[in-house]
Amino acid sequence: MIKKIFKMKIKIDSGFREEIEKDSGQNVNLCFQCMKCTAGCPMADEMNASPARIVHAIRLGLKDKVLKSNTMWVCASCQTCTTRCPQDIDIAELMEACRHIFFKEALEISDDIKVIPLFYRIALKNIRTFGRMYEVGMIAALKFATREFFKDLKLGVKMGLKGKLKILPESPKNRKEVKKIFDRALEIEGKKL
Amino acid sequence: MIYAYYPGCSLHSTASEYDASIKVVFKKLGLELHEVPEWICCGTTPAHSASRVLSAALPIKNLSIVEKENFTEVAVPCAACFQSLKSAVYETGHDEVLKQQVDKVIDYSYQGKVRIRHPLDILTNDVGIDKIKTFVKKPLKGLKIVCYYGCLLTRPPKVVAFDNTEYPETMDEILKVCKADVLDWSYKTDCCGASFALSRTDSVLKLTNLILENAKAIGADAIAVACPLCHANLDTRQDDIYKKYNARYDLPVFYFSQLMGLALGADIKELGLKKHIVDPLKLFKNTGLI
Repeated sequence: MIKKIFKMKIKIDSGFREEIEKDSGQNVNLCFQCMKCTAGCPMADEMNASPARIVHAIRLGLKDKVLKSNTMWVCASCQTCTTRCPQDIDIAELMEACRHIFFKEALEISDDIKVIPLFYRIALKNIRTFGRMYEVGMIAALKFATREFFKDLKLGVKMGLKGKLKILPESPKNRKEVKKIFDRALEIEGKKL
Repeated sequence: MIYAYYPGCSLHSTASEYDASIKVVFKKLGLELHEVPEWICCGTTPAHSASRVLSAALPIKNLSIVEKENFTEVAVPCAACFQSLKSAVYETGHDEVLKQQVDKVIDYSYQGKVRIRHPLDILTNDVGIDKIKTFVKKPLKGLKIVCYYGCLLTRPPKVVAFDNTEYPETMDEILKVCKADVLDWSYKTDCCGASFALSRTDSVLKLTNLILENAKAIGADAIAVACPLCHANLDTRQDDIYKKYNARYDLPVFYFSQLMGLALGADIKELGLKKHIVDPLKLFKNTGLI
């Protein structure tokens, strides 16, 4: 057992904790592992590391462990953990900080969850172009990217017939300003879409 | 009273019935909404996930447009936009560096003069339940409703500061005064999967199934919501849930403003009641409301 522990390759990156704390404005050392975040999390059963484990891994500087778990992507940002934490740690904000690192460092991601950041990227490009979310365009772009042309097709037709889908994009006059906002904001953080 | 109006992207497309019914209700109550023509997307979950500066800059840009037009109150019916706007104000209020970055990105220093208001808040606190009572023309008698608030209207409380975070009641109160039979239930603020509608649909089916199951179990005829994402997930996924979980609910899902509009005497068409995937008209006919 002890041999096994010594053989484990654990990479500790103390800068990682600081980076997360700085981006999120949180102090992870306040966590006493009461598990309330995990107990109330609607997505916990789909995570390979619970929110409480992620908080602990951040404390220990286990960057690999945190960024290779699916937790930050499976998190639905419902804010239940944040609301219930007795130590007032904004756990949803920690998840966000992890996602920010993903976008900044353009990290690899496993196949089963890659559609989630892909969707976020497509949505942001869509908003950057039109100034407002053009839903039909976004759905089409996602279908092309995932090659899932038939998913929700029947529902889409039904929604179309009910007049729920707006076929043409709507764009405010100041859409060029929106592009500028995107480019400047991402430049400050050294990110690309 | 005139409120600036920020509909958000959904209310101009998939949730156009929310937009229409909010306008009807406000008009009937003598409140004016002024839509700021240059509004842009608030960035929602994708912006929050990708960039801290962007997720603050897009909402603050919108608030700046409202501020420049000299409005002090903005009505925001979409729960996701509501939380995005509130959270941008909270974040920039607690982080001077972020505030300066946002100022630079949008070429304007937002003064913080605009209060972000959800229509539920306006109706309860500005109009008042007692006054709404006097406008009710067609009591929603016999309609058993559960109110579903979802995540972003009340969470996190430090940011949105709206109603009771675990057991909110503003929507319940409003529909009670419209004489609907509003039931207590367990899933008021549980998550529906929200932005996973397209990217992780199976999770949405799992979560919405729990919500619909509880609503049906306590005997509700329909669910009232105040968020376009909640509405989309609950209304459009009932066929998929039947296929996956073999549970048939047939529960119509309304925006609270549609039910309220009906009670205030508006007609089916102007409330967008024909746009639902689960047809609500059968229920109205059964209860004698139309």
